[in-house]
Amino acid sequence: MDSMILTLLIFLPVFGAVAMLPAAKIVGKDNPNIFKWIALVITGLQLLLAVVLYMGFDSTLSVSTSPYTVQLDWIKHFNIQYFVGVDGLSMPMVLLTALLSFLSIGISWNITKQPLGYFALFLLLDAGMMGVFLSLDFFLFYVFWEVMLLPMYFLIGMWGGPQRHYAAIKFFLFTLFGSVLMLLGMLALYFYSDPHTFNLITLIQTASSIDATLWGMDMRYLIWFALFIGFAIKVPVFPFHTWLPLAHVEAPTAISVILAGVLLKMGTYGLLRISYPLLPGEVINFAYILAFLGVINILWGAVNAIAQIDMKKMIAYSSVSHMGYVLLGMAAVVSTNDGGAQAGLNGAVMQMFNHGTITAMLFMLVGVIYEKAHHRYIFYPDDYKDPALAGKPGFGGIGAQMPVFTAFVAFAFFAGLGLPALSGFISEALCFIGGFSVFRTLTIIGTLGILLNAVYFLRAYQHVFLGPLNEKYKDYTDMSTMDLAIVVPLAVIVLFLGVYPAPLVDMIAPSLDALIQIIQSAF
Amino acid sequence: MSNFSSIAYYIPELILVILILSVIVIDLIPSLQDLKFPVAFIGLGLLALALNLSHGVKASIFMDLIVVDPFSHFFKWIFVLATASILLVSRYSVEVEEENHVEYISLMLMILLGLFLMASSTNLLMIYLAIELVSIPSYILAGMKKNDRASNEASLKYVIFGSFASGLMLFGLSWLYGISGSTNILDIHAALLTNGNQFLVYMSLMMIMVGFGYKISMAPFHYWTPDVYEGSPTPVTAFFSIGPKAAGFAILIRVLYTIFTNDGSLNATSPLYDVNWTLIFAVLAAITMTIGNFLALHQENVKRLLAFSSISHVGFMLIAFTVIGTEALTALLFYLVIYFFMTLSAFIIAIFIKNKLDTDTIDGWKGLAIRNPLISAFMVISLVSLAGLPPTAGFVGKFYLLAVLFRAKTFYWLAVVAILNSIVSLYYYFKIIKSMYFLNEEEEVSSEPLEVNPYVKWTAILFSAQTLLFYFYWTPLIEFINRSLSFWNS
Repeated sequence: MDSMILTLLIFLPVFGAVAMLPAAKIVGKDNPNIFKWIALVITGLQLLLAVVLYMGFDSTLSVSTSPYTVQLDWIKHFNIQYFVGVDGLSMPMVLLTALLSFLSIGISWNITKQPLGYFALFLLLDAGMMGVFLSLDFFLFYVFWEVMLLPMYFLIGMWGGPQRHYAAIKFFLFTLFGSVLMLLGMLALYFYSDPHTFNLITLIQTASSIDATLWGMDMRYLIWFALFIGFAIKVPVFPFHTWLPLAHVEAPTAISVILAGVLLKMGTYGLLRISYPLLPGEVINFAYILAFLGVINILWGAVNAIAQIDMKKMIAYSSVSHMGYVLLGMAAVVSTNDGGAQAGLNGAVMQMFNHGTITAMLFMLVGVIYEKAHHRYIFYPDDYKDPALAGKPGFGGIGAQMPVFTAFVAFAFFAGLGLPALSGFISEALCFIGGFSVFRTLTIIGTLGILLNAVYFLRAYQHVFLGPLNEKYKDYTDMSTMDLAIVVPLAVIVLFLGVYPAPLVDMIAPSLDALIQIIQSAF
Repeated sequence: MSNFSSIAYYIPELILVILILSVIVIDLIPSLQDLKFPVAFIGLGLLALALNLSHGVKASIFMDLIVVDPFSHFFKWIFVLATASILLVSRYSVEVEEENHVEYISLMLMILLGLFLMASSTNLLMIYLAIELVSIPSYILAGMKKNDRASNEASLKYVIFGSFASGLMLFGLSWLYGISGSTNILDIHAALLTNGNQFLVYMSLMMIMVGFGYKISMAPFHYWTPDVYEGSPTPVTAFFSIGPKAAGFAILIRVLYTIFTNDGSLNATSPLYDVNWTLIFAVLAAITMTIGNFLALHQENVKRLLAFSSISHVGFMLIAFTVIGTEALTALLFYLVIYFFMTLSAFIIAIFIKNKLDTDTIDGWKGLAIRNPLISAFMVISLVSLAGLPPTAGFVGKFYLLAVLFRAKTFYWLAVVAILNSIVSLYYYFKIIKSMYFLNEEEEVSSEPLEVNPYVKWTAILFSAQTLLFYFYWTPLIEFINRSLSFWNS
């Protein structure tokens, strides 16, 4: 059973997607609800499996000794293996993916347009995400990484907002650009390492001995660069972030949750899983730039978020800002101060998890108000189609009308701006502590981000929820039970990890210590 | 081997000749006229059987004019499969008129015979004759729609470009004969090793490449492709995009590896003296794929788009010629098989749309996802495969070709050009997907279901499914290709 669990985690959704076809033939015509029930059951089972996995997970075991690891030959000709395993780095991501997928089915409950296609594609997307986090063979990793693109393209392009077609192809082209560069890096790793392999565990030993030059540059540096661009587009790191606001805004709510909650983490996960252990020397050389880009992300994302009048776009930019903390924390791995590297890296991985839960809450809550009002404007744009409304506040005084909803929004906003006792605070603080131990000036500049975060969240809160009630919204009802069922688990996790982060730290720390060991020994 | 004893090795071709004649004869007998297609399929079945029986045979027959070897055998399989599937869908195509069926079938089978000869010729004259045997019926097939101006233009363009290219090629072949005094490619190689110089070899190679490059539509000899593809009846276009191209690659490999390498066989490791044709091919590959892709970007016609996409795929396959060695050829042959499946399935679906809606513009495909979800889904698979994304075999094919460069550690710039091109290609393939699936709210499209002929449907599905199948497990295909990579003399 132990060795089956990871495979089940990945392929259960595929099975679900395939099972929808006969279901469509048999009962689908009269009962389109069957698809969301299938999706709910499948993602529920997946979440259950992830929890079972977590129960039996021993963070001190490496993947080579873990009972969950599966290693089978796939294509002998290229030494490609079906090699999946779980360690402290992937465990939180697996939990996050399973949780958000399950909740996203709930968020998508009201999808009526072609439910078969929507839920089948969603499950394929789910399988791809799970696969990325569990693969330990670079080829397999790449395959899952790319498999996600197609469902995502359709999910944004068919079920999204007004600009969905453009957003879908832009998302696709950007990520494809990154992944083809990654493909080159992957091929170079394979052919320059001896023996030729895609096995990410073996490559830890062999990759650092690659010794070649190309176009006057060191081969390892080029590989690092190719992989970095590939991952950076997904994160997204500053100059590559332009796909993100568009895709997040146009995507349906559940897909925004997945995009921000899980897909962005793949970029930083890829860096930590592949670039860091395989090319520690380059990490050391590149750390300052990484921290610099992280700080740019923090500030640029926050400044842009302040300028937004669309709540969803504001949250999208806040994601850019929050991923900047992760980058800063990751860069701190080169810290030679006692505990600096630990703080930075632990903070980064915790921030990956915490941002996943917080941002999911934010997108979900914006989705709730959008369902009712069919717009998300804090202020209507100046060129709004109804000139009477242009430039006017979009909402106002919702707080009195929908108290429960407002309470949860306040909770999520405060979690987003890093209020102590909520999970975001701890991980952000750790990222800054780590960053401060190496990049003193940069980190001090970066802390400005906290202030800016507060600006846009509080501003949005003030204009939407406080003040006199906008008469248009006076017959709005509060959150439904369904909405509560989705948001409460996330809120509980955010609060729990804010007060008592030990379970998360215990889960990740041993693996990250090993990673720090690898990097520090490359000095 | 003497002519008489050669016949035993020539049974597949003989079956084909008999088949061509019997199709023509059947048409003369009024009561049997409906049997043309069945007879053609039975004949092709026998042909496949004969091919299967001659598996692994190696011989040089008809006084060394042609050879039978696993290498040509591999290509013959592709030709037979392509012809059979195209004939199957042609029967239901509105573009091939009922009254022309006999000409259509017999010309198609004649091309098939020419393709067989192209894959197995080892003599310059035979090479030339084989290419002409493919070309001349192709000109006629391109102009099959007699009353259609585009079809007439296609035919004429094809003739003019074709004659020019074969003229230059013939000139190049005569140089080789002049240097070596022989028309047999093995003798030519031996003669070039002892006498001959770099300049002569360069010149003859260049001129021969015009002829072959024209057949595979390599830039800068690709100009005929879009117009011919657009004007020809769609099934003929589909056939052109795979049959003659594969044969062009077969003959290119055989001539390059036999004449222009140090060893004169597949064991070669470097070019003949220092004739650096790998660099030439690297440049041509980059140009071909870039031209194909960028010109495809603005096409509104699906057939033209697929024509340019086929040019870019040729550019991709040319990567295999930048490295000398069997690993490179394995990648090329693998890609050819994948290309065969994905291109044919895309074209078969295009034929279906043309039959039903009489349109071949991308806009004409609007809302197809609602009208026939199954066919649309398989079209997506084919297009994703053409774009080279997982989980399709198109990705594996690209992976193998890129791996060729990385294994040999050369021409990294070409790898970069190739991947950038694959991003460009994504954009135009997804234009079709966008048209099929994405609708604006205000757009009104018919949602009336489109019925598909079951033969057409299952051919398309089977071919698209291959691209998934070979993605999940391609080891048997690679092993088959490795077995096939063997000339009669090695």
